[in-house]
Amino acid sequence: MTWLDDSALERLRQAADSPDLEGTRYRLIDKLGEGGMGGVFRVEDRVLEREVALKVIGVSDPDGVLAIRLLQEARVIAKLEHPGIVPVHDAGALPDGRPYYTMKFVQGKRLDEHAKDVKGLSDRLRIFLRICDTVAFAHSHHVLHRDLTPANVMVGPFGEVLLMDWGLSKLLYGSAVRKVADPEASNSREFAGALTTAHGSVLGTPGYMAPEQSRGDSLVDQRADIYSLGAILEFLLTDATSVPRPLAAIQRQAMAEEPAQRYQNVPDLAADVARFLDGVAVSAYPEGLPARFWRWIGRNRAWIALLLAYLVTRALLIFLRPR
Amino acid sequence: MAYDSNMGDSGRFPPTRWSVIEGARSVHTEERQRALGVLVSAYWKPVYKYIRLHWNKENEDAQDLTQDFFARLLEKQLLDRFDPGRARLRTYLRVCIDGLVMNTDKSSQRLKRGGEVAFLALDFESAEGELSKTQVSPPGNPEEMFAHEFARSLFGLAVDRLRRECEASGKETHFRLLELYDIEEAGKELTYEQVAQRFGIKVTDVTNYLAFARREFRRIVLEELRTMTATEDEFRREAQALLGVKLG
Repeated sequence: MTWLDDSALERLRQAADSPDLEGTRYRLIDKLGEGGMGGVFRVEDRVLEREVALKVIGVSDPDGVLAIRLLQEARVIAKLEHPGIVPVHDAGALPDGRPYYTMKFVQGKRLDEHAKDVKGLSDRLRIFLRICDTVAFAHSHHVLHRDLTPANVMVGPFGEVLLMDWGLSKLLYGSAVRKVADPEASNSREFAGALTTAHGSVLGTPGYMAPEQSRGDSLVDQRADIYSLGAILEFLLTDATSVPRPLAAIQRQAMAEEPAQRYQNVPDLAADVARFLDGVAVSAYPEGLPARFWRWIGRNRAWIALLLAYLVTRALLIFLRPR
Repeated sequence: MAYDSNMGDSGRFPPTRWSVIEGARSVHTEERQRALGVLVSAYWKPVYKYIRLHWNKENEDAQDLTQDFFARLLEKQLLDRFDPGRARLRTYLRVCIDGLVMNTDKSSQRLKRGGEVAFLALDFESAEGELSKTQVSPPGNPEEMFAHEFARSLFGLAVDRLRRECEASGKETHFRLLELYDIEEAGKELTYEQVAQRFGIKVTDVTNYLAFARREFRRIVLEELRTMTATEDEFRREAQALLGVKLG
């Protein structure tokens, strides 16, 4: 048997794992991370002289499902032009035959790490609203993310909130994106189905996956993403010393066991969170008249204080007026 | 049978999934023997080195224990008890070694093996030579050490198979490039220009030949790994563990 010293072993390991970039416009810099589908590498685009991230399938893919999913992901992201979605620059096949795509290299922190630095509840909720905004945009283009977790949200150095890893995204029927994703297939309905049942396994992240998604139901819709958003909201509230009841009610409704009991679309969920931030009543938490009165008082404290000060001053002036 | 670099050709296995686990559980003796042969070829050096380094055994004791281990694998149908849902095959084997070393009464085992079980023809001298060349100290994590040595063994087998396949298809230069660039001169920073000059070929040929050889090497490693795992899930986890470059 050929003897391999440690440097040869490491070189062969890298040769087997790393993308073969010879003959391409890219130069390998280092590895950024590893996912279920493959690896993400930092590479230099030698033509444009800039760093980009290159995603490539990293493990064996005998049935070609991962290759389809990677291409699907690239096409979905390319179609979804939004400030909350990392733009795709290029896609193709490497000399070693593996499909890849390149995207903007984002320097930032994952939300699960970044959240430790965000102490204020309102700041955290504003991040949450940015995530909702992106997901709502995707839904409006008939795309489900299906793997919304804090680890898949990146917060950039200038506060930009980016939704990453669309590898499990699903195209709903009637999507313009789906037509782009599979231009040659006449039976694109089957194409989408293959993605949902890849390897016959449940796709998603435990703890953030909707119950119907965990069960492997084929008919998941945007309410599965709403459940995951509820789980992200729960994560963002974990450190809070006491969670206001209306906010807890919003989170509970988003994570309701039955999809019919949840918010039916993301804008409704986001609107409720925004109402909470504005100090007005939220739909998930019905209030009685006294509670509404006191919340109205709390929301208009400044005006009421001014009014009271005015009335007291007038009373004093009347009382002290020389008779 | 000698268990080193001559474990058959690339057409050993049918194109459908075949694993040593299935083979070892087969009712056919020939199939079981073949499975054990594949297992021994990939694992005997990691087992020997693990016993030498982790258990700090002397050369001869480690040889005896390695022979004992594979004999028990056959006699006691240890692989029948392997549950891929609970552990990787690699981990299971390592735990079996630990149990053997801890529980073996050396004198009785030697007597038993000498009387009833045939020795495997294992080239312990080469393994001992490799140990002296690497000058490794036993790392704290035995699982990592065993995995490292298994990867070394698996990659060594894959390199041998790649050589045979390249020779059979008239692509000796492709293999020689990989051998030079990724094995012999792995610790140095050779440029493709230097390699091209040495072989008297164009730089673009170096790029293409090396890409081919690496692609084939990758395919062979994954095929070999596939035979060493019981399920698709275990295979994927092993591929990621053994091929995935560690993050800094």
